[in-house]
Parts: sequence; structure tokens; C-alpha cells
Amino acid sequence: MRQRSADALLPLGHGFGYLDEDAKRELRRAIFKAVCVPGHQTPYGSRELPIARGFGTGGLQITLALIGPEDVLKVIDQGSDDSVNAANLRRLFLATCPGVRETRRTQEASLIQTRHRIPERPLRADQILILQVPYPDPLVVVEPNESKRRLMHGRADYAKLWVKLYEGMVTFSEITISHRYPTRIAGHYVIDPSPIPRFDVPKLHRADCLYLFGAGREKRIYAVPPHTTAEPLTFEDVPFRVEDFTDPATGRRRACSRCGSTTSFLDEFFDETGARLFQCSDTAFCDEELAGRGAAA
Amino acid sequence: MSYVAVKGGGEAIREAARALEALRAMAGGPSLDPRQIEHQLHFLHGRVMSEGGLADADLVSLAIKQALGDPLEAALYLRAHRSTRPRLAETAPLDTARMRLVRRISAAFKQVPGGQMLGATPDYLHRLFRFELLEEDPTALERILADWLADRPNDLPPPTAPKVLDALRAEGLLPPLQPSSETAFDITREPLGFPVPRSAALAIMARGETGGLLALAYSNMRGYGDIHPTVGELRVGYLPVELPHPVTGEPVEVGEVLLTECEIVAMFAREEEGPPRFTVGYGACFGHNEVKAIAMAVLDRAMSAAAAAGGPKNPSEDPDFVLLHVDGIESHGFCIHYKMPHYVTFQSDMDRLRRARAEAARAEGRAP
Repeated sequence: MRQRSADALLPLGHGFGYLDEDAKRELRRAIFKAVCVPGHQTPYGSRELPIARGFGTGGLQITLALIGPEDVLKVIDQGSDDSVNAANLRRLFLATCPGVRETRRTQEASLIQTRHRIPERPLRADQILILQVPYPDPLVVVEPNESKRRLMHGRADYAKLWVKLYEGMVTFSEITISHRYPTRIAGHYVIDPSPIPRFDVPKLHRADCLYLFGAGREKRIYAVPPHTTAEPLTFEDVPFRVEDFTDPATGRRRACSRCGSTTSFLDEFFDETGARLFQCSDTAFCDEELAGRGAAA
Repeated sequence: MSYVAVKGGGEAIREAARALEALRAMAGGPSLDPRQIEHQLHFLHGRVMSEGGLADADLVSLAIKQALGDPLEAALYLRAHRSTRPRLAETAPLDTARMRLVRRISAAFKQVPGGQMLGATPDYLHRLFRFELLEEDPTALERILADWLADRPNDLPPPTAPKVLDALRAEGLLPPLQPSSETAFDITREPLGFPVPRSAALAIMARGETGGLLALAYSNMRGYGDIHPTVGELRVGYLPVELPHPVTGEPVEVGEVLLTECEIVAMFAREEEGPPRFTVGYGACFGHNEVKAIAMAVLDRAMSAAAAAGGPKNPSEDPDFVLLHVDGIESHGFCIHYKMPHYVTFQSDMDRLRRARAEAARAEGRAP
């Protein structure tokens, strides 16, 4: 992120970071604006990339605009470094950004691009987490018209969202939004925090690191800067609840069947015999816990 | 094993690419020559050129070859390539009356100044199989071309013609053209904000996905809208492109692009001021793609007529609806992204469903 490479064309027919330098400048300007107005969806001239829309082109553009040859990059999808899409994006970065080093260890990364998860380990002030965003606007569930939504955001008019939450209470005695939980930033704009589980929403609140959100198809960038408040919308008498991993049989919190952690977000799946298993979704965290426990034992 | 978070996602991807490459090689034989793609797959080539938004015939052929003929994927190669290139210059507005025509028709008049010219079109073919093409003699193509050229008269009609709608406009039946000094909105550099300038709407549709434009325009023609369009003029040809000379600033011809252009005329609307006039719609795109140009003209007319009449009543008249959903790169990408793993969000969904079921059970007084 410090020193930029010259715009020398690589043998591949494009410069460092694939995008032309004008595009990167434009992206950085949009990022600055997004940081200055926390939670505001900043429009930008989104570029097409050599992977399809919907596969993280918003996050990719942010990463490509920020990355320099001395950066250490981690790419995850569903919490995993080895998921097909994470592997594919990492391959693109390594091919278009010579010199960049990849890592799986969250602590080592200067930039982390992610889809659907925030890593378990808290991030530091010198780290940036870049989230891929399919729907940047939390109001889209209650108002399909873009012009009207922009007015509502400007006025911080989120009445329709509150009604939506209330409807869940009336119908199911519970707020039924599972992920993409509407979250109010710095007391004004409500954001769609991207499809992270509710489990990850509290990590946005007064964090040390910078969170950047990129929606390529919808052409919006927004940010939750360090030490900014991020409050999930809820009612005074209805607590915001994260995913519940209590085992109804024992009444105890389930543990990862691999590393034994009882604090991480768990993936639920079935093994070849059809038995139900729970394992950490953050695979790097799981590996480190496992190694730590192995060393302690 | 599975495509989810097992170690080796990278290896699985490499193997998938190899399998795809093998698919391409399956029949053996000669590899497709890009020149054959440009001509023998003329309409696919035109479609990909317009949806990819890059008038480079060779790269379009290469994109079709690499994408194994998938037009949406092929257009993506072109769009992605554009992102590596800076924008160097802007053309002044080009006058399509200067088009070197290969085809030009008007459905509105029996005869038009400059003449009707059917040109190369499949419109009146009987769609019957010509089984002899299954095994075509390699010299057949040369013979077809030689025969056709031998029949060309020497006194060919002038290759350009005036615009059909100019005559109607002179009579006052169409709204007068309003000269605009505004620079065209560049949809590749600026995000859309609504209401959009017309230049942005036209640019989005000019790169729009043919099927998407057609579906929306068809809904308007069938009754979710009020249009019965008349094709005032449809022309296909090569338009000279001029750029300002880097030193003198004078316009210099740098080449020509194959273009399809359509102007439709539809039933008149009452103007707030002045006499009633026909409404018009404009469509144009790179390459030879008539259905796209017509669909675009229908949508252009539907949106502008609705805006003049106080607001959209149908999806095809709503710029917000039409313009955000016709880009093939965006709709295609978003559709196929659902194939990626989504198990974290699905976990959240299950959590909410289980909780709601437990609440329901509690309310009914039974064990969850």
C-alpha cells in the first residue's frame, strides 16, 4: 500500500493490478469519500474484470486499487482460504500483482479480501478488511426504487425497515433477518453489512481496523472506519441475537469437532456416513487453535 | 470431492479449466479460425461486439472462440479487456446519414428517397434444413462468393442515403430534433443516478443484452405498454469514425464500424403545447443485430413517452426497471454467482428458521 509500482506493462498486456491507473485513482477517491462519510454508499464507475460480476468484482476493485507489491494478502470465502472462489481470486491477484505475498494467517495480512465472513481474530489498525457486497442497499427489501432510497438515506428515514423488523416480531415472535443484518453506522446511515452472519456484526463496532465494502455490479463503495459505532437495528425490548450454536440435547454450546473451539462461528454439515458435524468456518483460526492445542498437550 | 471448503480448491479449478479445454478439443479437426468466426458466425459476432462494447472484430472472434460460443461469456472477455485501457479520446457525434449502407429498409413507406435495400437478411428465408451443409465441400464458399460478385452490376446505387424520418420531420409530424450541446454521459466511467440523461439510457441499451432488451420490449408490444411501432427506418452499414487529430484538433477518419440503427415511429401523443405529433424511438448498436436495435428503439420510445405523460405505468416504461436490468454482463454474472458456496448465510437462515419453529411450538404449547 505504500510504494506504487511504475505503470510498466507486464507481459500479460496490462499494468500492475490489472486496472489502468486512471481507474485506480478514481477508486481511491471513492474510497476516501466513503471513509469520510461512514456508511454512505459512494457511487463510482465500476469496471468489468476478468471474473464474472457477482463473484466479488466490487471487493476486487478495491483491493486492486489499494494493493502494492509489498502487501501481504489473504483471501477468504465463507471463512475459508481454500474455497473455490477464494482460491480463484487469489490466483488472479498473484497473476496480476507481481511481488505480492499471500498468506493464510490473519495476523500476517495487510489486506484481507473476504466474502460472507469476518475473521475470528480481531484485526489491527494496520489491517484493512475488504468485503464483497451483492446488495449494497439495506432499503432494497422495502423500497425497490433507487431514487426514493437515496432520499430516504439522506433523511435517515428508516421507518420502513423498522416496520419490517416489527412484522417479523408479529409473525414469528422473533426478528427473522438471518444475515445482511441492517446496521446503523455512526448514528446516521444504515448499511447492509454484506451477507455476513449476525455473529460477525458486533465485530464492526468500534473496531481498530478499517472495513471497506465494494459492490461491483451495483457500483457502490462504503466504509466503516476504525472506532466508528456500528449498531444492528433492534428494539429496546428485543435483544439482537447472533446465531445460536447451543446443542438442544445438552444445553451446552457446541464445539468445533476439529479444534474444539466453543467461541467460533460453526459450519454445520454432514459427513459421508450422514452424521451431523460442526466445524469452524474460519479455517485459518481452526488450524491455529488445533496447532495451539497440539503444542499445549 | 466437493467444491466447498475442502483443501485444494485451487487444484479443482485448474482441473476444471483443463476439462473445459478438452471439451473444445473433443471433435479434433482444425481449430476455428477467427476469420471464420467473424463471417460464418456473423450474427453471433455482431451480438458479442455490441454487448461487449468493443469494436474490435479480431478480439470479438477470439472472445467467441475462448468462450466456446457463449455470447455472454464472450462479451465479458471484451469488457474485462477494456478495463486495462485508459480512455484516450472522445469522438464528436457521428452522422449516421454518412453510413455506407449494406441494408436499409423502411416499413412506413412503399418507397423512400435512396431506395429500399433488402441486403443480406434471413428475414424471408424458409427455415428448412439444407442437409448438404452438413458436409460442405471446402471449395464451396469460394464458388458462392465468385458467383455472387459476378452478378453485381457496375452501376451500384449510391452507398449512402438520407434519413427517412427527415421528410416526416420537415412536415412537422415528428417532434423537431433538439440540438444538444451536452457531452454524452459515459456509462463506463460514471455510475448511473436517476433520473438518467437520455445519452446514458441509450448507451446502456446499446451495450445491453439482446435477449433482455427483447423480453422487455416484447412486453411493451404485447400489452404491458401501448406501442404498435412502425419501423420508420432500419439501416445496417459501415459508419466512418472520426477522432480529433492529436496536433491540429481537426477531425480525422480513423476507421469505420459496422452498425445497426433503427428509428421507430409510434402513435401520436398530445403535446402540452402545439399540435399532436408522432412519438419516436431510437436504437443503435455495434455489429449487425436488428432485433436489438428495434427492441432498443421500442424501449427508448416507451420510456420517453411515459416520462412525458407523467410517469411509467409498465415495467418497460420505467428507466429504473429497464436500465438496471438489461446489462448482460451484470445479469449473467449475478445469476451464475449463485453456484458459489453460500453455506455461511444458509447456516444463518437455518438458525432463524429453527428459532421461529421453536417459538411457534412454544406458542402452541408443545415441545420444540
